[in-house]
Amino acid sequence: MSLEEPTPEDGAVEVLPTTGDEIAELLGDLVVDREEHVNAPGFVIRPDTVQETLRRLRDEAGFDHLSCVTAEEREDRYESIYHLTSFDDRQREASVIVPTTKDDPVSESAEPVFRTADWHEREAYDLIGIDYDDHPDLRRILLPDTWQGHPLSQNYDQDRPQIVTLKEWENPLADDHREEEGDTMYVNIGPHHPATHGVLHVKTVLDGEQVADVDPDIGYLHRCEEQMCQTKTYRHQIMPYPDRWDYASSGLLNEWAYARAAEDLNDIEVPEYAQIIRTMGAEFCRIASHMLAVGTFALDVYGDFTAIFMYAMRDREKVQSVLEELTGQRMMFNYFRLGGVVWDLPEPREDFFEMIRDYLDELPQAVEEYHDLITSNEILQARTIDTGVLPPEVAKSYGATGPVARGSGIDYDLRRDDPYGYYDELEWDVITEDGCDNFSRLLVRLREVEESAKIIEQCLDLLEDWPEDERNIQANVPRTLRPDDDTEIYRAVEAAKGELGIYIRADGTEKPGRFKIRSPCFSNLQTLPEMSTGEYIPDMVASLGSLDIVLGEVDR
Amino acid sequence: MGQKPAGEPPEDGEKRMSSERDTPFVTDDTQVQTDTRDARMTGGGADNRFNSKLREAFGSSPFILTKFDQFMNWVRGSSMFMLQFGIACCSIEMMHTYSVKHDLDRFAAGVPRASPRQADVIIVPGTIVSKFAPRMKRVYDQMPEPKFVVGMGSCTISGGPFQEGYNVIKGAEEVIPVDIHVPGCPPRPEALIYGVAKLQQRIAEGESSPVTVKPYELEQFNDLERDEIVEKLADQIDEDDLVMRYNWADSP
Repeated sequence: MSLEEPTPEDGAVEVLPTTGDEIAELLGDLVVDREEHVNAPGFVIRPDTVQETLRRLRDEAGFDHLSCVTAEEREDRYESIYHLTSFDDRQREASVIVPTTKDDPVSESAEPVFRTADWHEREAYDLIGIDYDDHPDLRRILLPDTWQGHPLSQNYDQDRPQIVTLKEWENPLADDHREEEGDTMYVNIGPHHPATHGVLHVKTVLDGEQVADVDPDIGYLHRCEEQMCQTKTYRHQIMPYPDRWDYASSGLLNEWAYARAAEDLNDIEVPEYAQIIRTMGAEFCRIASHMLAVGTFALDVYGDFTAIFMYAMRDREKVQSVLEELTGQRMMFNYFRLGGVVWDLPEPREDFFEMIRDYLDELPQAVEEYHDLITSNEILQARTIDTGVLPPEVAKSYGATGPVARGSGIDYDLRRDDPYGYYDELEWDVITEDGCDNFSRLLVRLREVEESAKIIEQCLDLLEDWPEDERNIQANVPRTLRPDDDTEIYRAVEAAKGELGIYIRADGTEKPGRFKIRSPCFSNLQTLPEMSTGEYIPDMVASLGSLDIVLGEVDR
Repeated sequence: MGQKPAGEPPEDGEKRMSSERDTPFVTDDTQVQTDTRDARMTGGGADNRFNSKLREAFGSSPFILTKFDQFMNWVRGSSMFMLQFGIACCSIEMMHTYSVKHDLDRFAAGVPRASPRQADVIIVPGTIVSKFAPRMKRVYDQMPEPKFVVGMGSCTISGGPFQEGYNVIKGAEEVIPVDIHVPGCPPRPEALIYGVAKLQQRIAEGESSPVTVKPYELEQFNDLERDEIVEKLADQIDEDDLVMRYNWADSP
């Protein structure tokens, strides 16, 4: 270690190391080899120096956001890749690559440095089979405990029989004291429960009405999305799957995540006109998704199919009609193509524009109605203000993004910080709230709906005036795409729930060698124990609702 | 934004919401049938509330003869309690079917019950994976007889787009009997309503899927045939734990 320890006083105005060479100089002997990813410089390190490396990058180079951990099995080794970036400057990125040998795949855990590594490493253990030393609780996360083999490793036999137990379903009354002496009660919430937004299983230990311990158990909707994408071709076959990750009508946002990664990987330039259509469609999806979040949150807090839920559904129906006009589908759009979109706006265009204008005219009043019904309601305020508190440092450590991070005052939005599409040409604001509680997260969503409407309106103006002979919706893309062998890319977009990242490693064929999805809900859900331990159980349910998780994306 | 000031009426009358209407809600009294009320108020005249057209048609007998079975089936089909059961993408469309615009309640099937013990129809809306199948079987078992199953979407037919996944059950029929399959990915709300209407028709006619032994059943661990995997798991699983054994190689 050739570098001197910097003292806290002099680090304030220094320029942070950003280029590969600068970071390599900072890491010194820790780097055994260098690699170049399309998005960032990569540094190969020894498996026993993970914590030291990440700590130094976090504290001295400002890489405070562990966006994703990708694990994969290569011909001769296992690899864990830590994708680091910074909340203050999203365009600074670095990949830390930790190879381990085939016969003894043990690597040091990053959990003491970044809390979010906990679940990411459990997933890597579950699907690939890498062991993490010093990990607090290394067990399977997506597959049942009794599963045999690691399905994304190379010699996995998919046809072998498996046995799954019903053990977690034990009658809680039979043995309801987890500790012999204590007065705690163990309660299973889910996987079939109206408040869990799908098939989440929350193992809860209660002390009276307070939550003593909460452990989200996921994997009840793990439908092998990564395997599906690894067995499909880049050009057409992968695109339908992103629609089904976050299925709360965020289809176009998810499609954009894949499109962005694959376009950057293959050097495809998307025409400006197609970018505007994409931007507009994506913001419609964001509105629909936030409406569902608000409606179900009210459902969780008020507890019935009340007017608010119905109003939210009514507004979603309107968005879905617009999206159906545009894409031909209500939910699973499959509208993006690599290099553009599949078809132009529907004819007659004037009618379509009028439909959107009508929608935008009605929206402020609808949002006002939600504010009347929800945010200015005393009961809801009593339930949500100062409950489910998530301080910004904790949120950062868990890699929380999207409205969850912005509700904790973290000014982080990929649409502005790592611009893509047409966002940097438009006038709009990133919404943040400083409350850090359930109420702030709700408020962020409602205010983001208004921002989305602003974006849509500007896109609409552009589309209306676009010259007829320049309406180019598709770049010229070869029929078969074969990115060069061993090119790697990690790219993210701002989906409705936060940072949705895709890692692709090309292996020279028309299918990805490794396809990894960084789901925002997966990281956001990890914060649930932080928010609910010690709180009352109804507040836990409200916190879960305010996280707005979609299990299809958590489990993939 | 192109937002109009609040006071200005919108040009298009049809798009207004009831709260925006200028005139208060007024009913036209002359159109209301007041015979019964008048008869009560004045005390004079016959209160013939119970003398319906149907009664006249049957003559003096107050009874209608039908088979009890048929009557019960008609009742069952006309008042279905659905289980509030969301799995995946299809559950979003299912929520839309329950709420405004599509309003499944018009077809006497719009009361979602959160507990399986109060429900008699389960709509299976999504992909079933290995970890969830035993739980779904348990929820299905907890529903009182007679019970009916609507499989919603391609995943409940065959596994749908995820059929080749290592973790995906190739259709709900592998675990529980399914009365109606609604294809689509996801089916539109109209399609689900059509499926429910078809189910009501089947119930009224007294038909339902036979309950047969399914490929994947819940069994006690010590009832399994002793083979390699059972031997391997013997120290992890108690003998009388309920387990589900998946034979992927035999799956369709």
